[in-house]
Amino acid sequence: MAVISRGFFGRKREENPELPPGQYLTEDFPVLSAGPTPVVDLADWTFSIQTESGEVHAWNWEQLNALPQEDIHTDIHCVTRWSKLGTTWSGVSLDTLFAGVDTTNAYVMVHSYGGYTTNMPLADLMDGKAWIATSFEGEPLDPEHGGPARLLVPHLYFWKSAKWVHGLRMVATDDPGFWEQNGYHIYGDPWLEQRYW
Amino acid sequence: MVETRIQTPSARSIQLDVPGWPGNIAGQHLDVRLTAEDGYTAVRSYSIASVGDGERIELAVDRLPTGEVSPYLVEELRAGDQLEVRGPLGTYFVWHPTDTAPVQLIAGGSGIVPLMAMIRSHETSGSTVPFHLLYSVRSPRDVFFADELRALAESPHLRVTYVYTRQAPPDWPIAPARITTAAIAADAFSREENPVAFVCGPTGFVETVADIMVGLRIFAPLTIKTERFGGK
Repeated sequence: MAVISRGFFGRKREENPELPPGQYLTEDFPVLSAGPTPVVDLADWTFSIQTESGEVHAWNWEQLNALPQEDIHTDIHCVTRWSKLGTTWSGVSLDTLFAGVDTTNAYVMVHSYGGYTTNMPLADLMDGKAWIATSFEGEPLDPEHGGPARLLVPHLYFWKSAKWVHGLRMVATDDPGFWEQNGYHIYGDPWLEQRYW
Repeated sequence: MVETRIQTPSARSIQLDVPGWPGNIAGQHLDVRLTAEDGYTAVRSYSIASVGDGERIELAVDRLPTGEVSPYLVEELRAGDQLEVRGPLGTYFVWHPTDTAPVQLIAGGSGIVPLMAMIRSHETSGSTVPFHLLYSVRSPRDVFFADELRALAESPHLRVTYVYTRQAPPDWPIAPARITTAAIAADAFSREENPVAFVCGPTGFVETVADIMVGLRIFAPLTIKTERFGGK
């Protein structure tokens, strides 16, 4: 039973079917990070996928950029309640990166430069749902927004789109990553409002 | 809602009685939900300035000129009004009285709120861990919790230093300017003391400060915890 807030009228009323429950639109691009923005030198940058057998598939910056690049038009939804509609990114599909990867594990732990981790089912990274993004609105991705490269999984709350992504590790169980250990939901579907747990 | 108090020309603190509030750790936040008569709702997160086990909690809210919820909380809310809150939330940007590392706090504007909870927790717990607060404000009248901070700074375990960005007090030795590497270095602990840091403020402020702190090589990057608000 909601308490009516005397004298509160709110700003806008138009129903926006593109906006998940409890979200508001923003035109700017807020930053949610747990610590300082890490400095990642492109000469040293790598992205890798490690499987349960210990096999490591790795790409340096040139190798990543030599892979087929896709343009992504998508809405993004932050757990702190802002949403940004119609953003444009480019990057490499996880389908491309997983093409030669042999794994039977169903879950992924994502590791970032700076120590940040986040978890998700492998299925959420497959079939055109996730990318390693290196540009935003036609420009190289700003460091505070995760540059040089971030994971982009826009159908989940945006903390799952790990900034400064460094690698994925295939794991057997859906163990919580960094934000998930600190109160955020294990899965994070914005349409089900899975913010906290 | 019990009482509000003017903190700065654009901000006020809000005392709430929350039956069943389980208590909170210093640095946690909560969600405030407003509901209009037609059922429209808006939810925003606010840091909690108070700490401990009681059912009375304190928020401090700065009015964002284009905001939807903060102008209501700062200008409209009256004693006796009811608010829906959910929390406490967050277990990362928190300080426990049992923590032993020296603490560097750096606040920009209303970013003082969760750090104030840490200072209060430090005081009420009797912790003797050294606390340094470096507090960047536009002018002296923009200081939140000014009287309380003045009193708490009498403690040998808390040092409070201000950075004025637009207008300094008449006798202030430094011209108003944005926070500098020198200001942060002057307030910092030594690396050997293994300090930890909490930085809270607008995004641009936190980016600048955190980059400076990493550059000083006093703090290991994972010991600098940040909380940002607003876009860029």
